[in-house]
Amino acid sequence: MASSTMAGAHDHPRGLRRFLFSTNHKDIGTLYIILGSIGGVIGFLLSLAMRLELAYPGVQIFPGLAEFLNGADPAMALDAGKNLYNVFITVHGVLMIFFMAMPILIGGFGNWFVPIMIGAPDMAFPRLNNISFWLLVASLVLAVISMFVDGAPGMKGFGGGWTFYPPLSSNTGTPGPAMDFVILALHLAGASSILGAINFITTIFNMRAPGMTLHKMPLFVWSILVTAFLLLLVLPVLAGCVTMLLTDRNFGTMFYDPAGGGDPLLFQHLLWFFGHPEVYIVILPGFGIISQIVSTFSKKPVFGYLGMAYAMVCIGVLGSIVWAHHMYTVGMSLNAQRYFTLATMVIAVPTGIKIFSWIATMWGGSLSFRAPMVWAIGFIFVFTMGGITGVVLANASADKQFHEGYYVVAHFHYTLSLGAVFALYAGFYYWFPKMSGYMYSETLAKANFWLLFIGVNVVFFPQHFLGLGGMPRRYIDYPDAYALWNLVSSFGMIFVTLSLVVWFYVIIDAFLKKRLAGANPWGVGATTLEWTLSSPPPFHQFEVLPRISGSGR
Amino acid sequence: MFNVNRQMLTRGALAAAVAVPTILCAGVALAQAEGQPVPGGLGLPNMVTPVGLATQQLYNMVLMPIISFIALFVLGLLIYVCYRFNEQANPVPSKLTHNTPLEIIWTLIPVLILLFISVPSLRLLAQQVEVPEASVTIKVTGNQWYWSYKYPEDQGGGFGFDQMLKPESELQPGDLRLLTVDNEALVPVNEVIAVHLTSNDVIHAFGVPSFGVRMDAIPGRLNQTWFKVEKEGVYYGQCFFICGKDHAYMPIVIRAVSREKYNEWLAQAKQKFARADSRVRVAADSR
Repeated sequence: MASSTMAGAHDHPRGLRRFLFSTNHKDIGTLYIILGSIGGVIGFLLSLAMRLELAYPGVQIFPGLAEFLNGADPAMALDAGKNLYNVFITVHGVLMIFFMAMPILIGGFGNWFVPIMIGAPDMAFPRLNNISFWLLVASLVLAVISMFVDGAPGMKGFGGGWTFYPPLSSNTGTPGPAMDFVILALHLAGASSILGAINFITTIFNMRAPGMTLHKMPLFVWSILVTAFLLLLVLPVLAGCVTMLLTDRNFGTMFYDPAGGGDPLLFQHLLWFFGHPEVYIVILPGFGIISQIVSTFSKKPVFGYLGMAYAMVCIGVLGSIVWAHHMYTVGMSLNAQRYFTLATMVIAVPTGIKIFSWIATMWGGSLSFRAPMVWAIGFIFVFTMGGITGVVLANASADKQFHEGYYVVAHFHYTLSLGAVFALYAGFYYWFPKMSGYMYSETLAKANFWLLFIGVNVVFFPQHFLGLGGMPRRYIDYPDAYALWNLVSSFGMIFVTLSLVVWFYVIIDAFLKKRLAGANPWGVGATTLEWTLSSPPPFHQFEVLPRISGSGR
Repeated sequence: MFNVNRQMLTRGALAAAVAVPTILCAGVALAQAEGQPVPGGLGLPNMVTPVGLATQQLYNMVLMPIISFIALFVLGLLIYVCYRFNEQANPVPSKLTHNTPLEIIWTLIPVLILLFISVPSLRLLAQQVEVPEASVTIKVTGNQWYWSYKYPEDQGGGFGFDQMLKPESELQPGDLRLLTVDNEALVPVNEVIAVHLTSNDVIHAFGVPSFGVRMDAIPGRLNQTWFKVEKEGVYYGQCFFICGKDHAYMPIVIRAVSREKYNEWLAQAKQKFARADSRVRVAADSR
């Protein structure tokens, strides 16, 4: 399809020039997916160390790790180990959110398929796209470096959790430069996402093919549009929030220091004004992917398309006005807690609409259980599990029993580690044939699913019991009564680790066996525009714009 | 066939919806030791305060049955759909994409469920936040990494002490690793205890699971929470907000005793903890 008459300036660059200087949305998308995989693997290894440590009461792994990673003095190794555990939980959170889920779901799949799905040749600002990606690489490097520079007195790295609350993150708790590295990493990641968001919004509003009205756009494009607006709205708040922390730390301001008239709670409000929409930023593209997959493999259009699209808009709006439900124990007024309880519970309504609409899409369909569909069905179940415990935690009254405990850990891992990651794998298997041109092995893909499905449920379901029993989170060691469920939880990591190994093997297998996928491996259900192109698509697609007549869903 | 399956599924889902909470509540009932975590426990701890009991009731009687039912309902629907509408069973897909009454129902029913939840939930919230007239006020301050308690002079106190984790090497039989401390904080039973919370360095959080109490200790702010212990005993809590390397090593121990024993303890403690800097009063009774 790539026409030879258009050669010249738009010729195929090769090697380093192709990827380093890339302005091609598909190449940049691939780079994002690779970066996200690297971030995800590091984040996974951190969580593996954490689960190994927590398998038995007592401190076993981390003192040795601290000696190995930070060159800690053996006499100080126990303290260094306790600090390193906190550093691990912090970096695990930062990596999984900013360098795994967001790059793959938004940067990777968004870049690859938003232009194709709306019938555009590329993103609106290809060079902006390039800098969004490379800023994120620099940001990842800064985040990882932060683990190895001075943080808390006599310690390496910042260990205060991914929410970076001062005074633990200010000079009181972390005088060393580790926190400054984290702040600069957040600045770069934020700038990267803001530029990306501008690019997506412009592309979606201005570059749709003739006939592709907003109400004909595939739901994945809708999800990226809502996500991009959320990013644009909340990331500047995060940037301001951490910049004030930076000036508090280095230039003597007192925004968050009560000794100078500041207030640590200001930070929390600003952080969660970003932080709560952020969880929807991570999950909304997943909703989009699941909608495409469920429709494709049910061979039916999505049930209640408009309801689905506006449910996402509604989730985006509501998600931006409920931030203080992360702060029920800070001592807010009764009325503020009442408002945030009710507003938070309302989010269950549009989320419920989405769950039921996916099931209604499958109802009456002709389901084929290919790997992406199996992942998508898995997603619907685990996300429901995470959603309902969210309804419990939405209640300020009940939250006072669960706040900062393992019930919360179980809840957000069911929505993210299971929800977002299952959507990510579903999208990966759905589009892998399109992106690479090769079919993956169906058997291996399903082995990957079952290993991860069993694994994460064994890891996270018992954490509900730990939370109910009163175990606080971010603990390197716990009272002996919590030993049983911690051991079960750590046991699940065996399956999770195996599933990751299988996933690598799926990719190696696909590229070695070279089973050609063809333009549309999924049959009549796959109606979006990417399936009209060859696999992999030409370097530049849609040099003649497609015309959309009927339903473009 | 369709009907039979639906009936079976409904019945199965109902049975499971009843069974699961029952099993989980049984975990609570089996719990013998009070005030400390139960090995292999499945549910909330035994509660000993009015707020704690109301929390337990809200979770065990309202929230958990509802969410268990919803999870099983969605699981049941998914299993049914996969069984009934797979390629073999249903080779020709329908074109159904809209059903307005259905969409209104699945919007309205969740709204009703949430309204139903919000009534007891908001009632409990008010109970937690509005501190009743207290007979004893304790000021608790978080430090890296221990808690300090101050008992005001005009309530028979006038002393303060630090509560530190007992190191593993000094544990006696019956002590709990990571929970037993050097100085327990005593309170009288069946009296309202107000806790004033702040911090000297970073944010900590004061949490005692069997009281249903969890509140942040924030530098520069004075937070207030309360409890009324209705049963004598020793109750353990921990720090619930990450505060640095020894976050896991700053437990809380509250011992609830009769008024007489409490008064005796006050007299002894005044001697034991007599320090110049610990003479505190309830802030000139601001009421």
